Amino acid sequence: MAKRPAPEVNAGSMADIAFLLLIFFLVTTTIETDSGITRKLPPIDDEQQDPPPLKEKNIFIVLVNAKGDLLVEDEPMAFEDLRDAAITFLDNGGGTGDEACNYCQGPGDSDSSDNPVKAVISLQNDRRTEYGTYIAVQNELVAAYNELRNREANRLYGVDFTDMEAAFNDPEFQGDVDKLKERIKKIQELFPQKLSEAEPKR
Amino acid sequence: MSKFKKKTDSGTPAISTASLPDIVFMLLFFFMVVTVMRDSSLKVQNILPFADQVEKLDKKNLIMYIYAGKPSPRYQETYGTEARIQLNDKYAGIGDIQQFIKEERQSKREELRDKLTTALKVDKETNMGLVSDIKQELRQAEALKINYTTKEGDAMLNLQ
Repeated sequence: MAKRPAPEVNAGSMADIAFLLLIFFLVTTTIETDSGITRKLPPIDDEQQDPPPLKEKNIFIVLVNAKGDLLVEDEPMAFEDLRDAAITFLDNGGGTGDEACNYCQGPGDSDSSDNPVKAVISLQNDRRTEYGTYIAVQNELVAAYNELRNREANRLYGVDFTDMEAAFNDPEFQGDVDKLKERIKKIQELFPQKLSEAEPKR
Repeated sequence: MSKFKKKTDSGTPAISTASLPDIVFMLLFFFMVVTVMRDSSLKVQNILPFADQVEKLDKKNLIMYIYAGKPSPRYQETYGTEARIQLNDKYAGIGDIQQFIKEERQSKREELRDKLTTALKVDKETNMGLVSDIKQELRQAEALKINYTTKEGDAMLNLQ
C-alpha cells in the first residue's frame, strides 16, 4: 500500500500572472472626479412673452469683448474688481418702502439695485470671446453670490452656505435633510441667482 | 538513519516569497475596484480652464460628456485647426447633439432620465460662438442641467 502523494501544482508563476494583471489595471486607471460650475439653462419658450419690466438700475450689465476685456456698467473694469463690484451691486439695498432690504449691508445707493431679489446680472459676450475668459467671468459672478449667501447663512444659522449645499448633495448625509433643504431655500430666496445670459453678438 | 537528521545545509535561510502573490493580488483588487475605463479617446485638444467655485460631479453614469476644442495635433492635417465637437469617439457637428442626447436618454432607466447632467469639457481656447451653439442645441433637446467642467484653481489663470 504505497501512498502516492498528489503532485504539487507549481505556483511560482502565479505572481507573474498577478503582476501582469496589476500592470494592466494600473495603466488603465484614472482616479478622478470631475468638478465644475453647475448651471441651469433656461427652457425655450415657444410663445414669446414680454419680459417683466425691469428698472434699469436693477440690471448689472457685464460685457466681454473678443479680446477678453470687460465692460461693466459702461465702464472698463479689471477682472480682479468684478467680484467686488458684483457684491456691491447685489448687496446695495437702495430700495425704500416695499422694496426695502433689511439684511443688506451695502451703501444703499439710490442709483444701484433696490433689493437682491430684484437685482439681475446680465452677461453678454462676443462669439469670439475665449471660453477661458467666459469661465473666469462666470466664476467671479458665482463667487459673488456665494460670498453673500455665505454671509447670510452664517448670520442666520452659523454655517457656510456652500457647506450646507455640499452636505445636501452628499448621499451619506446624517441629519435632518428637510430642515437643511428649508434653510438652503431660505438663503436662496434672500439672494436668488438671477444671472441672465444674452445671445452672443455676431 | 533516524527521522530527525536533515540538518545538513547551514547558512542564511532564503526569504520566503510565498506571500508575494497575495500582496500583488491585494494591489490588483484595489486597482480593479477603483478603475474607471476611459470610454472614449480624446480627439480634441482639451485643456480645461480653471475655476474655484466648483461643485463635484458624482454619479458618473448620469453624466453625458460633450467635448469641444481644436483637433489634436495628429488630426490637424485632416481636419484643420478649427474647433470641433466630439461626441463619444468621433467628431460631430452641431446638428448631431440632439440625437446624441436622445440616445443617451434612451439608454438610461426612466426614473433617472431627468437627473442626467451634461458635462461640457471645452478647451479654454475655444471661441464662445461654438459653446453658445452647443448650449442652444441643449436647450432645444431639453437637457438643461449643464456643468462646465473645470480644473480647480484660480480663475485668473485663464486670462494669461
